[in-house]
Amino acid sequence: MHKPRLHPVASFDINHLQYLDERGQASQALPDSATPDLLQSLYRQMNLARLVDQRAVQLQRTGQLGTYPSSLGQEAIGVAVGSAMATEDVYCPYYRETGALLERGVEIEEILAIWGGDERGQNYQHAPQDLPLCVPIATQLLHAAGVAFALQYRQQQMNEPARVAVTCAGDGATSKGDFYEALNLAGVWKLPVVFVINNNQWAISVSRGAQTASRTIAQKAIAAGIQGLQVDGNDVIAVRTAVADAVERARNGEGPALIEALTYRLCDHTTADDASRYCPPEELEQARAREPMERLGSYLRDQGYWDDGAESEMQREQAEVMERSLQAYRSKSPAPPTAMFDHLYARLPEALLEQYQELQARDSAGQESG
Amino acid sequence: MAEITLVEAVNQALAHELGADPRVILFGQDIGANGGVFRATDGLQKRFGAERVRDTPLAENMIAGIAVGMAVQGLRPVAEFQFMGFIYPGLDHILSHAARYRNRTRGRLSCPVVYRAPYGGGIHAPEHHSESTEAIFAHIPGLRVVVPSSPARAYGLLLAAIRDPDPVVFLEPKRIYRAVRQEVPDNGEALPLDRCFRLREGSDITLVAWGAALKETLQVAETLAEEGIEAEVIDPATLKPLDIHSIIDSLEKTGRCVVVHEAARFAGLGAEIIAQINEYAFDLLKAPVQRVTGYDTVMPYYRLEDEYLPDTGRILTAVRSTLDYPPGGGR
Repeated sequence: MHKPRLHPVASFDINHLQYLDERGQASQALPDSATPDLLQSLYRQMNLARLVDQRAVQLQRTGQLGTYPSSLGQEAIGVAVGSAMATEDVYCPYYRETGALLERGVEIEEILAIWGGDERGQNYQHAPQDLPLCVPIATQLLHAAGVAFALQYRQQQMNEPARVAVTCAGDGATSKGDFYEALNLAGVWKLPVVFVINNNQWAISVSRGAQTASRTIAQKAIAAGIQGLQVDGNDVIAVRTAVADAVERARNGEGPALIEALTYRLCDHTTADDASRYCPPEELEQARAREPMERLGSYLRDQGYWDDGAESEMQREQAEVMERSLQAYRSKSPAPPTAMFDHLYARLPEALLEQYQELQARDSAGQESG
Repeated sequence: MAEITLVEAVNQALAHELGADPRVILFGQDIGANGGVFRATDGLQKRFGAERVRDTPLAENMIAGIAVGMAVQGLRPVAEFQFMGFIYPGLDHILSHAARYRNRTRGRLSCPVVYRAPYGGGIHAPEHHSESTEAIFAHIPGLRVVVPSSPARAYGLLLAAIRDPDPVVFLEPKRIYRAVRQEVPDNGEALPLDRCFRLREGSDITLVAWGAALKETLQVAETLAEEGIEAEVIDPATLKPLDIHSIIDSLEKTGRCVVVHEAARFAGLGAEIIAQINEYAFDLLKAPVQRVTGYDTVMPYYRLEDEYLPDTGRILTAVRSTLDYPPGGGR
């Protein structure tokens, strides 16, 4: 039987990056950027993200907040991504984003407002260019590509400084056309954008293995002609280093990158979910042992950068911050009903005036009788 | 001054805004060297460069999505879909994001994008190339839906759409892309959005139509005029938000109305217009308002498309029975 002769025309490797192993030991020399100050700051921010998540879930359970998606076990990714960006860069989040939002300067009470059913939370006071949370899966990846084009265009055509778009999505999002379309365009237009995938192994109840037959998600970059890298997503130093390098390359006009951060969702998908219906308990137990906070904490203590005193001081400070934010969230009065018309268009079209006035009249009548 | 067609007026408006505003960029499939499948962007890449007049990879959802990102980051993107029948993959971005960014962020970010698409039947094209689904877009809060029906209105309304601070779906009636020529001065003067245009004055009956259907509607008005019946013809032009009051003003004079559109009848815009007439002007009506529309079928392949599209015969029949209402005791 004749076998045709074939010759390879393309081949590729996907690399994995890790600095801290599961026990908090350095598996290779840390990068120069990993100063004690930075590592302490990342540790604090991860702790704050976890605290906000815990309190948010409690609020939901006591009827004070709507559905909330926790980031438990995935704090390293959001915090590292936010920390690796320059203030003037643009973040294009999905929805499991508490760590990244805190790093970007979004207020805790704004995060609570979003999940507490109030659009005003998306009007970030300290991250004016960042996109709002994005609930439909993967659509933010195309918005990030568009933002990156605008940043590139404004740099090249309007002499503005180089800026970068960074965006995040879950592993489930990599099954959508938006993901492939965004990667493809970013490659062919060489856009300054960094795609980070929080591969927490679950898209609600569908496992990573049921999502794609691909060995890694990082290799999906190859088909788009862009850089792909897998990192230990529970190693905040690895995630931060990989994202910071990719951001700098993008800033220097060297094109986009896809970073797959391997982690595990140690919580329900959201407060509306019950992961015990599908998540094998032994798998969860094993994943718990690899979580990011203890790993970094143990390294910091081994190095003499952290101790019980620093820990209790941090917990006390963050509890106070949280309490203040909760009070601000609880004391914020609801927007007037007519607020639903206020930002629909830049100016209320005449055609909507009657509906607006009807609602306004109902509201005033309600206030008078109530 | 040379007279130009509707599609040339689109080109003239795009060129004007590219020249006037460095934030304006054009992108879509085959719009660069090829100048677009209908030549709406003919010569623009040569004049303004490949950075600003860009061919994209072939993915409509991507075109809709990147426009959102470009717009929220300060550009004025004008995206072209080759045909209305191919917009639907991008509906997610138009409906869930472009129309909502301002509202979602309480005005912090906005999405001033124009989505252009040729629409409507009558050019003997393959399936998916002939439909009129403007009602889908008109249903979406936060969007504007604009349809020009002459070269002058194509120019003036497209300028307005590009300058508008909110997203606009700009539907170009391709059957009349080259049907008439008109002098259109390239003076950068926009026409108002959210306003009807009165194309013909009359006091006997009000005819409401937009896009290519206006061609037959105006022909019917001429035929009626020969019989001494004066029809007032109104082009809403901005289908959403709708300027119902100009239509009501006309009904004050006429008390009779027929709405003509190519799109299917059920939940088409004719239904909305008639519902609002009932709400605001029931007492003015001397006859039930009638609709002349496409049928509630799939837009047929082109051998039957003339049967599907409203023609002068169908419009005239509806007009006459509206004028003769009540039967035997009409006007």
